[in-house]
Amino acid sequence: MSDNTYEAVIGLEVHAQLRTRTKMFCGCSTAFGAAPNSQTCPVCQGMPGTLPVINRRAIEFGIRTALAINCTVNADNRFARKHYYYPDMPKNYQISQYEEPLAEHGYLDIEVAGVARRIGIQRLHLEEDVGKLVHEGNLETAQSSQVDFNRAGVPLMEIVSMPDMRTSEEAAAYLKALRAIVVYLDVCDGNMEEGSLRCDANISLRRRGAKEYGTKVEIKNMNSFRNVQHALEYEIKRQARALDTGERIVQETRLWDPDKAHTVSMRSKEFAHDYRYFPEPDLPPLDLAPAWIDEVRATLAELPAAKRQRFMKDYALGAYDAEVLTQSRALADYFEAAAKGSANPKMVANWVLNEFLRVVPGDDQKAITLSPIKPENLKGLITLIEGGTISGTLAKSVFEDMFQSGEDASSIVARKGLTQVADAGALGAVVDRVLAEHAKVVEDYKAGKKAALGFLVGQVMKSTSGKASPSVVNALLIEKLPKV
Amino acid sequence: MLTALTIHELSARFRSGEATPSQAVREYLERIAALDPKVKAYLTVVPETALGQAAAADARFRSKAPLGPLDGIPLAVKDVFCTRGVETTCGSKILKGFVPPYDATVITRLRSAGAVLLGKLNMDEFAMGSSTENSAFFTTRNPWDLSRVPGGSSGGSAAAVAADLAAATLGTDTGGSIRQPAAFSGTVGFKPTYGRVSRYGLIAFASSLDQVGPFAKDVADTALMLQTIAGHDPMDSTSATIPVPDYAQALRLDVKGLRVGIPAEYFIDGLDPEVEAAVRAAIATLEDLGAKTESVSLPHTEYGLAAYYVIAPAEASSNLARYDGVKYGLRVPGARDLIDMYSRTRGAGFGAEVKRRVMLGTYALSAGYYDAYYGQAQKVRTLVLRDFQEAFKRVDVIVAPTTPGVAFKMGEREDPLQMYLNDVFTIPVNLAGLPGLAIPAGFTQAGLPIGLQIIGKAFDEATLLRVAKAYEAATPWRSRKPELAA
Amino acid sequence: MAEPKITMKEVDHVARLSRLALTDAEKERMRRELDGILSYIGKLRALDTEGVPPTSRAVPMTNVMREDEPRPSLSQDEMLANAPDRSGEFFRVPKIIEEPVEE
Repeated sequence: MSDNTYEAVIGLEVHAQLRTRTKMFCGCSTAFGAAPNSQTCPVCQGMPGTLPVINRRAIEFGIRTALAINCTVNADNRFARKHYYYPDMPKNYQISQYEEPLAEHGYLDIEVAGVARRIGIQRLHLEEDVGKLVHEGNLETAQSSQVDFNRAGVPLMEIVSMPDMRTSEEAAAYLKALRAIVVYLDVCDGNMEEGSLRCDANISLRRRGAKEYGTKVEIKNMNSFRNVQHALEYEIKRQARALDTGERIVQETRLWDPDKAHTVSMRSKEFAHDYRYFPEPDLPPLDLAPAWIDEVRATLAELPAAKRQRFMKDYALGAYDAEVLTQSRALADYFEAAAKGSANPKMVANWVLNEFLRVVPGDDQKAITLSPIKPENLKGLITLIEGGTISGTLAKSVFEDMFQSGEDASSIVARKGLTQVADAGALGAVVDRVLAEHAKVVEDYKAGKKAALGFLVGQVMKSTSGKASPSVVNALLIEKLPKV
Repeated sequence: MLTALTIHELSARFRSGEATPSQAVREYLERIAALDPKVKAYLTVVPETALGQAAAADARFRSKAPLGPLDGIPLAVKDVFCTRGVETTCGSKILKGFVPPYDATVITRLRSAGAVLLGKLNMDEFAMGSSTENSAFFTTRNPWDLSRVPGGSSGGSAAAVAADLAAATLGTDTGGSIRQPAAFSGTVGFKPTYGRVSRYGLIAFASSLDQVGPFAKDVADTALMLQTIAGHDPMDSTSATIPVPDYAQALRLDVKGLRVGIPAEYFIDGLDPEVEAAVRAAIATLEDLGAKTESVSLPHTEYGLAAYYVIAPAEASSNLARYDGVKYGLRVPGARDLIDMYSRTRGAGFGAEVKRRVMLGTYALSAGYYDAYYGQAQKVRTLVLRDFQEAFKRVDVIVAPTTPGVAFKMGEREDPLQMYLNDVFTIPVNLAGLPGLAIPAGFTQAGLPIGLQIIGKAFDEATLLRVAKAYEAATPWRSRKPELAA
Repeated sequence: MAEPKITMKEVDHVARLSRLALTDAEKERMRRELDGILSYIGKLRALDTEGVPPTSRAVPMTNVMREDEPRPSLSQDEMLANAPDRSGEFFRVPKIIEEPVEE
């Protein structure tokens, strides 16, 4: 098997659309879903005579991200023109960054199967997005195509990793970690299906122990973590097979086809594009003030990895639970608001993990914020359970009511008279009645069937409409049974 | 005749009520109809909108509330400026029929000042040329001799002012395209400091060199035009935030004690003796007026032309990449596929000079050649700039010929390299980004205009106007006009 | 005769990079003219520019940026008005094929 003969060398190039209100070089809105060609202006459409003007917030988002991935921010950085002809490129050059990118030399720490690895990041730079092409049918057979320039000019952040990844799992882990960061920082939606986060991979194989790199192949069209992993797995096998039979690996771009689960050659581009880069003459260079960079650094939110560690420590959570709770900043913030100062943070965690996530998606910031159950309300519910006011069983239906009505727990409990009954006197009468009604079960219990106790507890709960305190009922039964 | 007046003279008549903007516009339109078939300065005339604008100006003067010195003044602009709702071709087939949905910033400023737009003027295609013979449509004639070129690339803008077909015009200057036609046509042509005037809406040729400037009948008009168009524009990242002074002040100052530099390298063997004589006489006039002259050296002058012919085509090849038949302009029908469409459209839509420069520029930027060509040229540019900075430590302005010769006959300069040599005195000023103007300084025996070039420090347009005004006041050239019969 | 600075092969390559369809006659003429111009430009190589920074501007500028505030976009009709081939709300272009191999 060629698994041990070859080592995969993988680098990822990620493009993140920035969540600015306007485009990179003009004031058109970046909002999704507008009618085609209705969100453009002479600048982003590349009309004759137009000129770009840099969006300050895009630079800020770039700095923010660069700091979060441990890069050196280059105070002196410059935009450059990258030339190639394509109908989705209004000017037939893209304003990007080349020799002087915004940031370089960073890293991201990932963990795969318990093994920690540091993946190097070569550079981070900003550029403008291109328009959308709609082919009549598919690209190969279409007789014509249609162009929508709404997306042209939207700010993109390109992050290029070093070729430090060695397995498809590592690649998926890196992508997940990077996505979590850009979403946490509020600089990007991280939506791979919609294209606000895109990933291309460069992969080559070499014999284990070899120093030189093999021929690298670019893989495109992977629009989910799973697809990235599968595409790379496929490609590793394909290249290994080829190398085994002495075939030469062609340096080319291949597209991942998720339906057929294979990569397809995009007709060979053996030679690199001649992009004819030169510094953008319409944009003076940037010379970022250290004060600005410091300001951005000071506002960096706690990043996902750090938050996970803290949750595990502060709330005694296991690694898996911590990871689920920190899947989005919104969910993490929600949990913390409910858990801080709570009588039982662990119980809060369980309710969030089990009940809350059943009704609200964990990565849907809007749904979490608009949830009818506010964190304080959840905290309130937990307090009622902890204090024995309601039973754990009834609490679930209270929770559902809270979700429907937005009311707090106390109001619902009071209104519906759900307060747990823990009075031994009142419950004693009920217990006596149940024991009388189920003489056979009592005999079973006395004969040694401990499970019969559960049945009797259930009966008491039933006749009190669930309001009886299970622990008090239990104690009463254990006390009374031997005397029957 | 209102068409013979300067802006300031015309404006005075409007204010006194002796004439109205509508009268002036009608006279200009009549003169255009009568003479432009010979001069061929205009690509597009817009009589209806012009008369509409004039009527609005009439009303403002009647209620004694004019917008300023340009209110009601009939102007025309080089077809390189995007004008909303008016065809803008840039002298090229590839943009024939293109109607911009927006105005260039300088057009907006002129409109806000109440100026009336008469039409769009002919030019070398995409501003590449020194004779207007590269226009895809026709060649403009020099009003002083209709068998000769008016210069380029702003040939239409120069000819229109020389022939009184507009009170003043706008042109652009990338390597001399305002100053050289001004010199050939006996008008005042001003290229401001790079960044002084917004380039937003100016169809780009060479981004780091292009500048907008006026052609006018005299220095006072030049100051008025400059005052209106200059100043920072948030839509142009390269436009300067340095405040615009009151240029009218400069016109009142004399030149006593002003230090004038004469660059040795500009008095070369190839210089037409009549041009040299006129320039030397002009220097003597300045000395009579109290200026102190001294020799300066700009040693890298000869390399300026070579550097320009790398930088300008390189930037042009990039700026012209967008003309591809997809979104606007010409699309050649019947193409097999996209690439065929691109190539055929650009092949048919661009003229020979444009294709030459696009090829040259692409070559200079291509893999393996960047450092030797574009990279090196940008460094040579620094050397040219340093020459001027050194000289300006000792002098306030530099005075020189504008061109090595005078207006040549149509078809005379066929070799591209020969044509490029026309710009040898103007190009270094663009490379350095400094302000420069050309002012009438006499005529040859044959009656062809000669232009004196005055070059200044960055953002010191005021001193240039000062020197030009003093010189103009002391000389008779202004009063001579070309003989043009209908 | 001096060694030609630009070959016909390079002319072809540059014409392809520039997306310019040239006739054979145009190509030959272009080669000759570019040759002459490149020779003239060659004099730049003679200059020692060691340590000289490249310049674009007499008065240098940096950090020109704008706030992230929306400005009105133009309408669909205004933006499509100049389209050589308008297809409803889109610009239509002919069949897109792969780039030629020698890019």
